Amino acid sequence: MSKREDQLRKRHRENLVRGTLLSPALLTICGFLIAPLLIVLVYSFLTPGTYGGVIWEWTFDAYIQFLFERDIFDESLVFSTAYLEIYSRSFVQAIVATIACFIIGFPTAYFIATRPEDQKNMWVLLVTVPYWVNLLIRTISMLFLIRNEGPLNHGLQSIGLIDSPIQIAYTNFGVGIGLVYSYLPFMVLPLYATIERFDFRLVEAAYDLYADRWTVLFKVILPICLPGVVAGSLLVFIPSLGAFIAPDLLGGGKNLMIGNLIALQFQGSRNWPFGSAAAMIVMSVVMVALIVYTRQQTRTRIQVH
Amino acid sequence: MVEAKSSAVLIEHVVKQFGEGDRAVHALADVSLNIRDNEFFTLLGPSGCGKTTLLRCIAGFEQPTDGRILLFGDEIDELPPNKRPVNTVFQHYALFPHMTVAANVGFGPRMLKRSRSEIESVVERILKLVHMDHLADRRSTQLSGGQQQRVALARALATQPEVLLLDEPLSALDLKLRQQMRVELKQLQEETGITFIFVTHDQEEALTMSDRIAVMSDGKVQQVGTPKDIYERPINHFVADFIGETNFFDVTVEGVNGGKATCVAPGGARLAAEAVEGCKVGDTVSLSVRPERIRFSQDGAHGDSLNGVIERPIYLGTDTHYHVRLPDGVSVLVRVQNAHGGAKPVTVGDKVALRFDPGAVIMLMD
Amino acid sequence: MSKRTAKQRDLRRYPGFKAVTWACMFFLYGPIIIVAIYSFNEIRSITVWGGFSVAWYVKALNNELIQSATFNSLIVAVGASTIATCFATLAALAMQGRAFRGRDGVFGVISLPLIVPEIVSAVASLVFFVLIGIPLGLGSILLAHTVFCIPFAYLPISARLAGIEGYYEEAARDLYADGRQAFLYVMLPMLLPGILAGFMLAFIISLDDFIITNFVAGPGATTLPLAIYGLVRTGLTPEINAISTMLLLVSIFFVTLSFIIGRRRLE
Repeated sequence: MSKREDQLRKRHRENLVRGTLLSPALLTICGFLIAPLLIVLVYSFLTPGTYGGVIWEWTFDAYIQFLFERDIFDESLVFSTAYLEIYSRSFVQAIVATIACFIIGFPTAYFIATRPEDQKNMWVLLVTVPYWVNLLIRTISMLFLIRNEGPLNHGLQSIGLIDSPIQIAYTNFGVGIGLVYSYLPFMVLPLYATIERFDFRLVEAAYDLYADRWTVLFKVILPICLPGVVAGSLLVFIPSLGAFIAPDLLGGGKNLMIGNLIALQFQGSRNWPFGSAAAMIVMSVVMVALIVYTRQQTRTRIQVH
Repeated sequence: MVEAKSSAVLIEHVVKQFGEGDRAVHALADVSLNIRDNEFFTLLGPSGCGKTTLLRCIAGFEQPTDGRILLFGDEIDELPPNKRPVNTVFQHYALFPHMTVAANVGFGPRMLKRSRSEIESVVERILKLVHMDHLADRRSTQLSGGQQQRVALARALATQPEVLLLDEPLSALDLKLRQQMRVELKQLQEETGITFIFVTHDQEEALTMSDRIAVMSDGKVQQVGTPKDIYERPINHFVADFIGETNFFDVTVEGVNGGKATCVAPGGARLAAEAVEGCKVGDTVSLSVRPERIRFSQDGAHGDSLNGVIERPIYLGTDTHYHVRLPDGVSVLVRVQNAHGGAKPVTVGDKVALRFDPGAVIMLMD
Repeated sequence: MSKRTAKQRDLRRYPGFKAVTWACMFFLYGPIIIVAIYSFNEIRSITVWGGFSVAWYVKALNNELIQSATFNSLIVAVGASTIATCFATLAALAMQGRAFRGRDGVFGVISLPLIVPEIVSAVASLVFFVLIGIPLGLGSILLAHTVFCIPFAYLPISARLAGIEGYYEEAARDLYADGRQAFLYVMLPMLLPGILAGFMLAFIISLDDFIITNFVAGPGATTLPLAIYGLVRTGLTPEINAISTMLLLVSIFFVTLSFIIGRRRLE
């Protein structure tokens, strides 16, 4: 039927137009992000050059280096925890930051979501704005505040709560605070979005059935808002894992996280394959987290229908 | 001899299918219509019947899967909407929010590359026609619903289309405004002489405004006719039931004589109905009788008449509705105007005989 | 039956949540407000207030390194956000309407820069530029910034586009506009707030970027965040407080503006 052919031809033309419109953006990202990532993957299997860069000899050395050291005398592999420490520290920091962000973020998101309509936008704006402010500046501000000579310590000392400054900066704790400070809005906003859509008549139904406030919170509100919790957690966990600025400024060069380790390989240590391998490991964790997330999303969608 | 009016829009066996294979949905299943020039033609039906799809096919926003559409003799179903001399008044008005009223109305002439002065004079004239000239410089977002409606109308008329399509334009207005606009629209059509094709699900609107109505359901045209035809002579169950209220009787044909058929109801009563072409003795048919065409017989019950017991009167101000229960269990709705003081009032439990006005008993084709 | 106040009876209220919210706000804004306050302190002390002064601001603005760094930052930000906004607008137009095969995949690619941890993107860009032979300087920074600006510009534009009902374009076609005219006179003006919001967002993101810029900048190509980082390495000074506060205000201004413009309703 020629009408059907016409419609097919039209659809083909439409797809061609779509493709042309998409090409600048897609080519840019494919060319300048996807291709580079693939190159990094390749580099992680090569040998480091003497002054940085790579030599095109294939080896697993970069990955082995995470777990083992080569004994300089007999070339045997000795299990080493040096790098594992850095990885575990990063994981712990990221998880702790996520939990802390949730503890602070959930009540905040809930509070904002239950404000009257005209106030809501203002609150959301207030929470959003700090995120968009330069992360470097914000971290510097936090450092300024918590360092030994900073206003926090001086303030506490002047009102007599402490005698000598508490060492917060340049500790793991300081880095943790920095991470929470960096990514807190990322937890609040998805939570807010989910809670805002929550049907509060369910709460009324629960109360009608003799539940108390906290039971309602844990057994009705939280389970239904779980997608928002998961989204917010991922949005805090993933950047925290690969964070650079917070551990760099607030960790004082001692409490290295993966981000610092990677940076080091391309600046000081000049071991590009090792840095590439570390980057690939972080990417894999991120990919796994995302795949689990999207799987869960589709599964809930299938369950609902 | 009545002069045959020329055909404005001719729709020939149009089919519109969405989707493929098993999941195909037939929004239109073989629709054919002849809409005449200078006519106020209404497509009436419940939501999902295909009336809006048909309108969009005429406008050019949908392409028929099969069939042809002709505009004053020219095939238009291959043309894109901007090449058809047909304009639409959208259900949600679709006034361009970033333009003033004047800019909206002048948009069509502007696209047609008319001169600046020509556009200005057309805009002024049309706005005066819809009584909106004093708001020409207002932003379209600052208008009330009724005002937006008029601007949408003006915008569609500014390029003097051959046919004007209206997609449920009054549905968002409140009752008083709607009634007012019905009158104004009808006047507008008569003044401009443009063919109006009007889509609605509101039967009162269709009956009051149209020259002819096409009743649609499930993608098919059920009946085409004047409002009087549609109401007084429905041809099938759907039309009889969709327009106003009616009573259905399942009967058997006893005899056919000339244009009349005598039918026998299950209880033994006899009814005379207008015979439908091709009906034979022994056929089981359905009859439709409007509630206001039924009277309570003063003579009392007798063998051949339909007898029943009054069940529940419902008082409605202007009339009273009576439910009459027949011996075979069927309930008949009778509507009696409360103005008549002469007739003997009936109450619950009364036995009555039902008498039908001549010509009120219609035989249905299905 | 015990009497309870209206507040206690409000089913949605949880004790303590309000306090946590205020604490959260203090936490978020506290450090930067304190930095701003101290930037006006005449003398270089935490404990003593020497009087209100903008001396540090003057010093910061006269700093040649800061001046050239700001200039570089602006060039890169304007360039990257302009290109990114153009690409993102085209992409958003392509993605609208009927779903097509691969649409989710395309959206994944467009959002990729948001998903990949910045340090990984930074390293990948560096490695790529060196391999291909692109010299590290303002040009390489511009390229890298364009990549991550695209999704930031895309999101407000796409959101705005989704909010525009289909019948506007139909009405334009009905009134004899061809594709080009319908787009130019109807769609584009309605889309404009989204495009502006996207541009401003991309601009700020580029201006603020540190990690990626740090890796792909060559010697001599310093942007403002890089310069600030260098200063911090040598010690925190009130000058840094002044620069931080200024950059802060610029960011807040642009983001709020973008938010307001993006939210302007159609009806």
